[in-house]
Amino acid sequence: MSELDQFRQEIRGWLEENCPPEMRKPVRGDEDMCWGGRDWKFQSDAQRQWLERCAAKGYTVPEWPVEYGGAGLSPAQAKIFRQEMARIKARSPLSSFGIWMLGPALLHFGSHEQKLKYLVPISRGEVRWCQGYSEPGSGSDLVSLQTYGEDKGDHWIVNGQKIWTSYADKADWIFCLVRTDKTNKYQGISFLLFDMASEGVSTKPIKLISGSSPFCETFFDNVKVPKDQIVGEINRGWDVAKYLLGHEREMISGGGLGDGAPSLGAQIVAAIGKNELGQMDDGLLRADLANFDVDALAFRAMAERFVDEMKAGKGHPAQPNMMKYAGTELNKDRHELIMAGFGSDALEWESQASGEGAKARNWLRTKANSIEGGTSEVMLNVIAKRILDLPGA
Amino acid sequence: MPLYLNEDQTMLHDSASEFMKSEGPVTHFREFRDKNCKDGFSHGLWKQFGEMGFTGILVGEEDGGLGMGQVEAGIVLEQIGRNLTPSPFLTTSVVGVSALNAGGKPLRDRYMPGILAGKTVLALALEEGAKHRPERIETRAERSGNGFTISGKKQFVVQGGSADTLIVVARTSGSANDADGLTVFAVDKDSAGMTMDAARLVDSAMAAHVTFDNVTVDADAVIGELDQGAEVVKAILRAGRAGSAAEQLGVGGGAMDMTVNYLKERKQFGRYIGEFQALQHRAAHLYSEMEIARAAVLKAAQLLDESAKNADLYVSVAKAKTGRVTNLAVREGVQMHGGMGMTDEFDIGLYMKRDRALNEFLGDANYHANQVALLHGY
Repeated sequence: MSELDQFRQEIRGWLEENCPPEMRKPVRGDEDMCWGGRDWKFQSDAQRQWLERCAAKGYTVPEWPVEYGGAGLSPAQAKIFRQEMARIKARSPLSSFGIWMLGPALLHFGSHEQKLKYLVPISRGEVRWCQGYSEPGSGSDLVSLQTYGEDKGDHWIVNGQKIWTSYADKADWIFCLVRTDKTNKYQGISFLLFDMASEGVSTKPIKLISGSSPFCETFFDNVKVPKDQIVGEINRGWDVAKYLLGHEREMISGGGLGDGAPSLGAQIVAAIGKNELGQMDDGLLRADLANFDVDALAFRAMAERFVDEMKAGKGHPAQPNMMKYAGTELNKDRHELIMAGFGSDALEWESQASGEGAKARNWLRTKANSIEGGTSEVMLNVIAKRILDLPGA
Repeated sequence: MPLYLNEDQTMLHDSASEFMKSEGPVTHFREFRDKNCKDGFSHGLWKQFGEMGFTGILVGEEDGGLGMGQVEAGIVLEQIGRNLTPSPFLTTSVVGVSALNAGGKPLRDRYMPGILAGKTVLALALEEGAKHRPERIETRAERSGNGFTISGKKQFVVQGGSADTLIVVARTSGSANDADGLTVFAVDKDSAGMTMDAARLVDSAMAAHVTFDNVTVDADAVIGELDQGAEVVKAILRAGRAGSAAEQLGVGGGAMDMTVNYLKERKQFGRYIGEFQALQHRAAHLYSEMEIARAAVLKAAQLLDESAKNADLYVSVAKAKTGRVTNLAVREGVQMHGGMGMTDEFDIGLYMKRDRALNEFLGDANYHANQVALLHGY
């Protein structure tokens, strides 16, 4: 047996023993996810056990170094770990912007002390992070941001406003882009970390067309941030931000993969019924679904290739933008077809049968996918410029 | 297995790319088209394919070949597509060899040496209508004496006119549309009663209508088992579909690169047309789609080489996705080339023609999207 086969056996055995049965059921929505943090209330003992057991082994962040809370797995081992998790349909033990976004940036740009201080609690789900990027006047044109940090010797005093801050009202800390030099657009931004409980920080949820409020407006009124809470150099935060945006785009592109079910058509045919030929009793919808399933399965292969190439250092550095574009557009298509497939049942907004309008709310939620983290149009601009090298792009 | 080419495969990619660029570029294609060559390809180039080892990629090592897989065949096919290199590689070394691999040693001994040397040309006589319907076979083979007598009509027999031997799918029992009762035969070109009506296709390749009028063959012309030809057909279809998807990927990639280059050269209103966001976004969308098609094609080939149980699903995904995406590439290509895209002088139109023909080979994008639905039970 090769070393990797042996590793697979180990992981399989560990998962079998440690993943509670409740944690092998599909995630129905946000309410089934474990976000962790200072004020987190576990929805079940199983959720708590699953997080604790994974964190103890470093499996919440399998590829991070052991000293920073990870399991130190190689890319090949990590792929096996993901495959074995998928095989038993295990839920992710921890959903976390700390893992998906801040962690990779800290691993790349942070000092050893910062990594110890911030990454270990992230890996254990003890601190929940949010991202302070967009501002009311700075969406696609993020680099025009105005939130200002005034230099006060050993600290900054931060004033300004962020918007679309995901879960700001539930987060413990924020990683935040702050202008520290008003004379230089790109090289005048710093990447600061601070506690959301700091004096002068307030949040206000934004109600969306889906009825839910995953985003907030976040206000800073004379917030004091010590100088050691900066990642990378002063005024070079844009480098960190760009690096991190790559990871954010990777994360959002995953939406195109759906919930792991192999075929949307196979899910919807149960609702539509079949004709005498044993085929879905709506020929045009069937054709749309067949074309969608082709796109979704092809994208699944693309996601696999993307991960493999990135791990091997082979992919184009701007490829996450392509994944973000394709994945989010695909996810919007998926939810349009879910609405079409389930018909009037899917329209119900407040009923037990509909799970309080889960389909309609999810459908509406996906419309943000191609806006948040960089719009599809911005992604296409980046592909045109950085990958296709088109003039003037 | 990671979803990218390993070191050996990358070396093969590099040598195939170099070879097609220097020995089989679009100018070579134009030369054979313009002299109205009745075979549509160069036998000298085919011999070079043999010398490079390409023709034996799918031939087993015990038969003197390289014993490699669908990934490697796809690597060569992509470069053929990218350069529009005219050759009987797909029908001979992919479809034909896959059929023979399902047959006995005597048949393989008879045909493989010629294939390895780049001499023998094979063609597939499967289709009986204008659309791909591999289950709808009315051509019949009746037992007679020690062998069989074949009668029926086939069409879209690509490279049929130049083939030394046809791989013929015929019915030995049951009725049209039955899955069982098919038998696959190797029928040599000089057989009495076989008439070949070759026509040039839109992409300048040659395809034949073939009529079998009581063509007699020996019992040893049977590939695989009598009445069990469905298994051989399955092997042919898997290899041929994955292979044509790979070739089409090359056509689409070539068309896209050519178009993106044109956007950087052509000026209007005092600017490069590639500066216009209307074109940038379409080019970027096309890039994204081509990348996804590339992943699907490689995934299908890897699954075939692993004999994975979802290989058929991914072969259809690859053929459907590449069919749609390459079609997008050539249409956008012609449009973005403007008036020049309509001229014979520019190559982009040749890519559009090739795409159209490849799309139809062994099932178009609609056919394979339908397969994906059927495989998922709807």
